[in-house]
Amino acid sequence: MATAVALEASPTGSVTPGAGEVIIKVEGLTKTYTMGDVTVRALDGVSFEVRRGELLAIMGPSGSGKSTLMNVLGCLDQPGAGTYWLDGVETSTLDDDALAEVRNQKIGFVFQQFNLLARTSALEQVELPLLYAGVRDRQARALEALAAVGLADRARHRPTELSGGQQQRVAIARALVNNPALLLADEPTGALDTRTSEEIMAIFQRLNEEQGITVVFVTHEPDIARHTRRVIHLRDGQINQDAPVPEGERLTARPIQEAPAHEAAAARR
Amino acid sequence: MNLTESIRVALRALGANKLRAALTMLGMIIGVGSVIALMSIGRGVQAGITSQIKGLGSNLLFITPGSTTQGGVRAQAGTASTLTAEDAQAMLDSGRVPQAVAVAPEAPNGGQVVANGQNTFTRLNGVTPEFLEVRNFSVAEGDFFSAEQMAARSLVAVLGANTRQTLFGDSDAVGQTVRVNQINLRVIGVMAPKGAQAQGGQDDVIYVPLTTMQTRLNRARTARGGQTISTINVQLADDRVETRQAAVENIGELLRERHRVAQDDFTIRSQEDLLQTANQITGFITLFLGSVAGISLLVGGIGIMNIMLVSVTERTREIGIRKAIGAKRRDILAQFLIEATVVSVVGGAIGIFIGAGGSRLLNGIRFGGPTAQPIQTVVSPDAIVLAFTVSALIGLFFGVYPAVKASRLNPIEALRYE
Ligand SMILES: Nc1ncnc2c1ncn2[C@@H]1O[C@H](COP(=O)(O)OP(=O)(O)OP(=O)(O)O)[C@@H](O)[C@H]1O
Ligand SMILES: [Mg+2]
Repeated sequence: MATAVALEASPTGSVTPGAGEVIIKVEGLTKTYTMGDVTVRALDGVSFEVRRGELLAIMGPSGSGKSTLMNVLGCLDQPGAGTYWLDGVETSTLDDDALAEVRNQKIGFVFQQFNLLARTSALEQVELPLLYAGVRDRQARALEALAAVGLADRARHRPTELSGGQQQRVAIARALVNNPALLLADEPTGALDTRTSEEIMAIFQRLNEEQGITVVFVTHEPDIARHTRRVIHLRDGQINQDAPVPEGERLTARPIQEAPAHEAAAARR
Repeated sequence: MNLTESIRVALRALGANKLRAALTMLGMIIGVGSVIALMSIGRGVQAGITSQIKGLGSNLLFITPGSTTQGGVRAQAGTASTLTAEDAQAMLDSGRVPQAVAVAPEAPNGGQVVANGQNTFTRLNGVTPEFLEVRNFSVAEGDFFSAEQMAARSLVAVLGANTRQTLFGDSDAVGQTVRVNQINLRVIGVMAPKGAQAQGGQDDVIYVPLTTMQTRLNRARTARGGQTISTINVQLADDRVETRQAAVENIGELLRERHRVAQDDFTIRSQEDLLQTANQITGFITLFLGSVAGISLLVGGIGIMNIMLVSVTERTREIGIRKAIGAKRRDILAQFLIEATVVSVVGGAIGIFIGAGGSRLLNGIRFGGPTAQPIQTVVSPDAIVLAFTVSALIGLFFGVYPAVKASRLNPIEALRYE
C-alpha cells in the first residue's frame, strides 16, 4: 500500500496545502508529563494538517514540544489527548502490532541520535525494515537505498566506522527502504556541520520532488527550514505560527547526488 | 517474520557479542557439569554397594550381636559380644531351624602381617570351611582349609587377592609363611579376586580357621565364657519369603533360649535389610553430593540470570530501535527466546558432555595407590534431565522475562532507556 502511494506523481511546484489529499491530520493533541508536583505541557492542543507531497519544517525553541510531536506523528508514542489521523485512519484505534506495521510500511523515521544498531553493518541496518516486512530480496533493495544516499561503497561498514553524516545517511536509507509515504526526521542535521546538513537537505528535497514523499522535519536553523515550502513554529506546546516559505526565500540544496553515488563518495574523500 | 529469519536474527545478535554469549554458556556448563559429575559419583557408590549386597545371595541371613530398634539402627552396637560358635552349631544340630542348610560363623580381627619382608596391616577373618560355600566365594590358588585343619586348629591361612599381591607380588604365595600377631601361618591358598565389586575389602583379608583364630590369635570371650563371633552367616534352603520368615522366627527362639534372655541380644538381617540400610546411607551420600552440586547449579544459575538480565536490559535501546522500524512484539520475543534457547541448549549440552565425560574418566581410578578401592561412577539420566532442565529454565526465564517487559514498552520509552 505504501509503495503505491510513494510512486504517485508529486504535486508540481505547489506550496499551499490542497495540492494532495490529507495524509496527516491532528486535532487537539495534548501530552503532559508530571514530574513530582511539576506538570509539563509538552503538547498543549496542537491541530494541523499535512497533505501528500508536502515538505515541511517544524521549528521552535528548545523544550517547545517538537520531539514530542514528532514521536506522536511517527506512532512511536501516544498522545495524552487529541486525535491523530494518519492516511485517514485514527491511530488510537490501532493495536500494538498494527502500529508496528504502520511504522514499518508507511513511515520512515530519522532520529537526531541516528539510533543505529551497534556492531551491525550499514547493509544489515537497512535490511532490517525489509526483514520485519517479510520481504525476500532484501539485499538488492537495501543496496539500492544505500546508493540513493550515496553510501553504496560503505555497505559493509559498521556505525563506528562511519562519520556522523554517513551514519545519518544510513539512518535515512533505513527509513526509506520500505518506500514509505511519509518521512519524519527529528533534527536530522542537528549533529552535523553546515556542509553535511546541506547534503541531507538535498536528499530530502530530491525524495520529495522525485518520489513525492511527504517530508516533515524538525530543525533549529532557519537556513535549513528555508529549504522547505512551509514552516510550523511551536512554542510551549502550541502552534505559534504556520506559514508558507515565501517563494523568493526558498533555498535549493546543492544537488550533490547527481553524480553516480560511488563517484560522489570518492570525490568527498 | 518467519522462524528461520527469527533464528538468523537471533544467531546474528549472539554472534555480535560472542564473549557475552560464551560467559552465559559458562554458567550453564558449570552448573550442569557439576551436578552430573557429583551425582554420578553418589550413584556410583550406591550401585557398588547395592551390587555387592546383591552378590551375597538372597537366601542368606546374617546374625550379629546386639539388638536393634525398629528403624534398623543398632541401639547397642559394640556392647558385649553375645554370639558364639556354639550358637551357630546349635542351629544345625538342634534341628530346631530346619530351614538352615549351612552356617558359617565369622570372627574378624585386625592384625599386623609380616611376610616376605613386607609389612602390612590387614583384616583377619576366622571362618569355617562352610564359609566358602555359604558366601559363594572361590579359591584361585591352592585350597581352602578342610574340616580336619579346622578341628586341629591348624596354623594355616588363605589370602585375599589384594593381600597376596601386596605381600608376595608376582612370586608364589602358596607354601610361604606369613607372620600374624607373632604367630607363623602357612599359606595354603589364595582367594579369587572379587574385582570392582570388592567394596568393604573382600580382597584385603586373610582367612584363618575359626578355631585357630579363637585359640591363638584372639581370645575374646563372652560374659558367660563362650568364644565370640561377630557374624553368623546362615544359608537357607531356598530364597522364598516364607522360608526366611520361618527361619528368623526359629533362630530367634533358639538364641533367646540359649542366651536366657527375653529381649533379643542379637540382630537377624536378610539381604533385603542390608540393602535397605545401605540404601539409606548411600541415598544420604547422593543427597549430600547432590546438594553440593545444587549449590554450584544455583551459583551458575545466578550467573546466567545476571548476564541475561544485564544483556537484555542493556539492549532495551536495541529493542526500541527494532520496534521503531516495525518489529512486532512477537518478533522481539522470538529473537530473545531463540537467543536464550540457543545459549541454554548449547551450554547445557557442553555441560552434559563435560559432566558425563568427567565421570567416565573418574570411573575406575584408584585414589591412593593400586590397592585402593576404585571410584565407581554412574551417570544417571535423571541427573542429566534435572540439571539441564533447571539451567534451561533459569536461562529462558531470565532471558525472556526482561525481553517481554521491553517488548511491551513504547518504542520511545525503550529508546530513552538508560
Ligand atoms: N519523558 C519525559 N518526561 C518528562 N518530561 C518530558 C519528557 N519528554 C519531554 N519532556 C518535557 O516535555 C517538554 C517538551 O520536550 P521535547 O523533547 O518535545 O522538546 P523539543 O522541542 O524537542 O526540545 P529540543 O529542541 O531541545 O529537542 C520539555 O519541557 C521536556 O522537559
Ligand atoms: Mg527535541
